[in-house]
Amino acid sequence: MIIADRKPLEEIMQMVKDSNKILILGCKGCVTVCNVGGAKEVGILSSILKIARKKEGRPLEVDEKTIERQCDPEYIAQVKEIVAEYDAVISMACGVGPQFLSEAYPTQRFFPAVNTTCFGGATQHGVWSERCAGCGTCVIHFYDGMCPVARCSKSLMHGPCGGSARGKCEISKDVDCIWDMIVKKKMGEGHLEDLMTMKPTKDWRTARDGGPRKSVREELVQ
Amino acid sequence: MRLSYPSSVKVIQVPCTGRVDIIHLLKAIEDGADGVYVAGCLEGECHYLSGNLKAKKRVQYVKKVLKEIGVEPERVEMFNLSAGEGPRFAEIAREMAERIKKLGPSPVNMKKAA
Repeated sequence: MIIADRKPLEEIMQMVKDSNKILILGCKGCVTVCNVGGAKEVGILSSILKIARKKEGRPLEVDEKTIERQCDPEYIAQVKEIVAEYDAVISMACGVGPQFLSEAYPTQRFFPAVNTTCFGGATQHGVWSERCAGCGTCVIHFYDGMCPVARCSKSLMHGPCGGSARGKCEISKDVDCIWDMIVKKKMGEGHLEDLMTMKPTKDWRTARDGGPRKSVREELVQ
Repeated sequence: MRLSYPSSVKVIQVPCTGRVDIIHLLKAIEDGADGVYVAGCLEGECHYLSGNLKAKKRVQYVKKVLKEIGVEPERVEMFNLSAGEGPRFAEIAREMAERIKKLGPSPVNMKKAA
């Protein structure tokens, strides 16, 4: 899923400093699962903003709504009737939300309440880690289920590099060296020779290097 | 045991402090409470194993958030005591009421200066 973290409150407060009535719009997709932008978090942010503004002596009127997803036009359309009632709208979805909303309602101002960080999963309750970089050409099967593109700090295709020490990456002792893990797993399974296979250079045009990407499924396009 | 505790303390009963959520604590402050505290069981003695530990983390979260927006985090607190400690319950209520009295009314309740 897409992982995000809530922006610092000061930044969010700054976004709505001139507003008196706002809507906080949550998303029931990825951000609900990673506990950052679902109905519950919408309620919490709403309460925090109201407390902060009451303290300043100029109360803020906040409405809360959480839609199925903010990355599909049919759900974005659900706020059509109400969106103009507000001075500003805060989206708690990933970076897709505020953009889809802005495209659908060009006269309203939409602010992101979260910083979208990566594609990942929950490695323990309350902890999410990156697993995919969305590079557009999956190579996980060559590396026994571990992605060097997303999980090597340099996205090396033939590591480990000199920055690998005791299984950790030089950028932080909290970051595993994925190449150390790949080599250990290959050795353990007796397949180390797999890493000797010559492969063509990775084509990064399918990643961000090729510009904004688009997927088209002809059988669905109407 | 007819113990007295400050009448300013309003008790809201929950089956376990694990039921107390971040939003409950925030709503209390938002709606004008000068302070709010959670009285949970002793750590390690939760009937549901970790309810009081969950509550503790939520209280810490609310404290952090209040600090960020300039409200004294001391207005929110977590206490641990066993169900058999009636006198301690009254003592905690007095302690918290005293703390809030020192802090004064919540800034949320202050009227904007003219």
